Amino acid sequence: MERNLHRQLANMKKSLFDQGYLDEQFIQLEELQDAANPNFVEEVVTMYYRDSARLIQNIDHALEKNPLDFAKLDNYMHQFKGSSCSIGAKKLKNECTQFKEYCETGNGEGCKRTFQQVKKEYAALKKKLEHYFQFARQVGPVEKACRPK
Amino acid sequence: MNLGGLQAVKSMSVPSSSLSRKSGDGVSDQFPAGLRVLVVDDDPICLLILEKMLKKCLYEVTKCNRAELALNYLRENKNGYDIVISDVHMPDMDGFKLLEHVGLEMDLPVIMMSADDGKKVVMKGITHGAVDYLIKPVRIEALKNIWQHVVRKNKDEYKGKDCEQTGSVEDGEQQQKPPEDAEYSSSANEGNWKNSKKRKDEEDEAEERDDTSSLKKPRVVWSVELHQQFVTAVNHLGLDKAVPKKILELMNVPGLTRENVASHLQKYRLYLRRLSGVSQHQNGLNNAFMGPTDATFGSMSSFNGIELQALASSGQLPPQSLAIIQAAALGRATNKSPVPVPLVDQRNLFSFESPKLRFGEDSLLNNNSKQINLLHGIPTNMEPKQLATLHQSAQSLGNLNMQLQSQSSQSGSLLTQRPQSQPRTPLLNEINGSHVSTLPSSLGQPIMSQALPSSVLPRNGIENVRGGTFGSVSQPSSALDFSVNHGTEFPGNSFPLMSNSGIPILTSKGMLQEEVKSEMKVPRGYLPNYDTFDELNQNRTQDWGVQTDGSTFDVSQHSNLQGSLDVSPSILVQQGFSSNLKSEQSRNIPVSKATFAVGDSRAGNISNPSQQLNSSPADISQRIKAERLPNMGFQNTFFPEQFGQDDLMSALLKQQEGTGAVESEFGFDGYHLDNLPV
Repeated sequence: MERNLHRQLANMKKSLFDQGYLDEQFIQLEELQDAANPNFVEEVVTMYYRDSARLIQNIDHALEKNPLDFAKLDNYMHQFKGSSCSIGAKKLKNECTQFKEYCETGNGEGCKRTFQQVKKEYAALKKKLEHYFQFARQVGPVEKACRPK
Repeated sequence: MNLGGLQAVKSMSVPSSSLSRKSGDGVSDQFPAGLRVLVVDDDPICLLILEKMLKKCLYEVTKCNRAELALNYLRENKNGYDIVISDVHMPDMDGFKLLEHVGLEMDLPVIMMSADDGKKVVMKGITHGAVDYLIKPVRIEALKNIWQHVVRKNKDEYKGKDCEQTGSVEDGEQQQKPPEDAEYSSSANEGNWKNSKKRKDEEDEAEERDDTSSLKKPRVVWSVELHQQFVTAVNHLGLDKAVPKKILELMNVPGLTRENVASHLQKYRLYLRRLSGVSQHQNGLNNAFMGPTDATFGSMSSFNGIELQALASSGQLPPQSLAIIQAAALGRATNKSPVPVPLVDQRNLFSFESPKLRFGEDSLLNNNSKQINLLHGIPTNMEPKQLATLHQSAQSLGNLNMQLQSQSSQSGSLLTQRPQSQPRTPLLNEINGSHVSTLPSSLGQPIMSQALPSSVLPRNGIENVRGGTFGSVSQPSSALDFSVNHGTEFPGNSFPLMSNSGIPILTSKGMLQEEVKSEMKVPRGYLPNYDTFDELNQNRTQDWGVQTDGSTFDVSQHSNLQGSLDVSPSILVQQGFSSNLKSEQSRNIPVSKATFAVGDSRAGNISNPSQQLNSSPADISQRIKAERLPNMGFQNTFFPEQFGQDDLMSALLKQQEGTGAVESEFGFDGYHLDNLPV
């Protein structure tokens, strides 16, 4: 049964990668997990969602202004992009890049449009990762219990 | 490295880092484990991830989310960290500013990182003196090797300290001997960073590295108070007249050596230069920078460009001269053929450089800083006798210079700078604009130096060249050399050289001008040398290649320049390089690299002064290769110049001023080019 769970978990992860939600960086984070920090990735992701919520808000507010301050928007997005790529959020990172490009060209409409995409991807990834970690916690303890320490 | 000290109070990872690194002895065994890293980033996610990764690499990590806080940590705990990793975009302070501060005050290697991978910003990192630039997201693999920067820096410092040390040990070698490195790095911290900069070219002395670690002198940390004292002294003397010796006297700080002051002075000058010349041609320079990534030349150019600009802006370098120099630099960049067009070559060199100059002081400064480091290694430790030797060689070089000139346009410029017997004079002074004037005087000798630079420049040589040129032979030439360095291909290594060159470049600029004007006769005497050099170089090129291999050329480390004339092997390499680059064909860059490393060793052996001198920069490099290796003499000539950037600078300046009193203080001792960026 564990094996089933494990396999399920593995499949879940694989699909996240296949669908482009996550990239290599996520693997890097997982490799940092060890006995001392068994839930390191989950901790990081949780912290990420907490921290970036503020940035999302800032960008939303900035986008409501008129005229748009592209430099500021670019700055916010730069921070957001940095965090997002640190956890391996691939799709999200791409949307951020697109947003920054629109900022550079001063395309306000493009920025707004792209940001909607960003928020969508942001929420979707959050859900998927929550699901994944929840499952991993179920599988994890079982695994540990079985393995002789 | 004081691993033992869990003194890193800030270290959050103390527990984990409390590996058995505690004692210095233990450290070496564990190295690079226990490396004390300070991470600065306003993004908590990145900070957390980096901390975890670094811990995984068995490093001691201290994380910090504000730059000001980081600086406090560093200042409070002078020797508590080995390396700093900083984000570029931070709310309270620009990452580059932090980089400058760390470089100037603590002389630690700094790695920049950012999600931004634009060429401009990466270039900015380079010009400000960062030892590396990582693109986020940072992978653990990228962090595993950061210890190399610590070792490299220490090595340079170390080298300068001990002339016998084989400065030319290549990085590779270093890495191959972790234990040695460990000692190195651990002692590096306390070591004399000034000296180590000057890496010796003698590859065969690589083994001495182990011994040297014990010789490392305590690193001088330029605290705010100390720096203030320094600035006060400098202002009192007047920047132009501020020579390390006098500054030292005024400061009256026990335990501070002239070398310490010299290298700090070099950095400081670069910093000022950068401040004043930021506006100009930055763009130009950037371009130049980016372009010839593999062309050390380019780097030189940029450096030169900046210097020239700086000079120009400071009114020292007449616009025309600047243009000429630039033109020369440009011409040089192409590494002219051995056609004996000494002047032309030189000019080319300059022209090559001039585009770089455009970059503006900012870049120049950056380069300088970077280069300065290079210089550090080179000239700072030029011993007086070396200088003497250089002079001799310079003279002989003068003839050769001409030859070299043709060969390596680059070298030419360099040589001109050097020839003066006392290139060593405080570079700073020279940089201020005396270069121009000094150039002519040094012509005779500079050739050697110049040749060196040219040849060397291409690769690593640039640095060396600079170092050597400055201090040793003719100050003017040294200036040239530096510039040459830029131009020369310095593929990777060049950067470090650049820093060195930066310094010399300034001087050279002055020189260039004259040369340019007079048709690049700068070293008038040189020109002929160049020619001869070229010839020699050409033949030698082959040898160079060989030589380079032999000598652990740490061109990049610019330790070569450390002024140990004995550097020869590396010097040769470098020189050969530049010359090769220029004239020869095969740019034995590797060769030069090797020689360059020698640079640090500053031609301690000016045994073949004539040889060296004669060979114009290009020649020198070539010669170095071929003959030099065996003839340390050559090296001596070169190295002395290279050695301490400060020395070079001063040397160049002096030369220009005709003072020719190159102080051995040239060497920045421990001034890493990196640190220079202010």
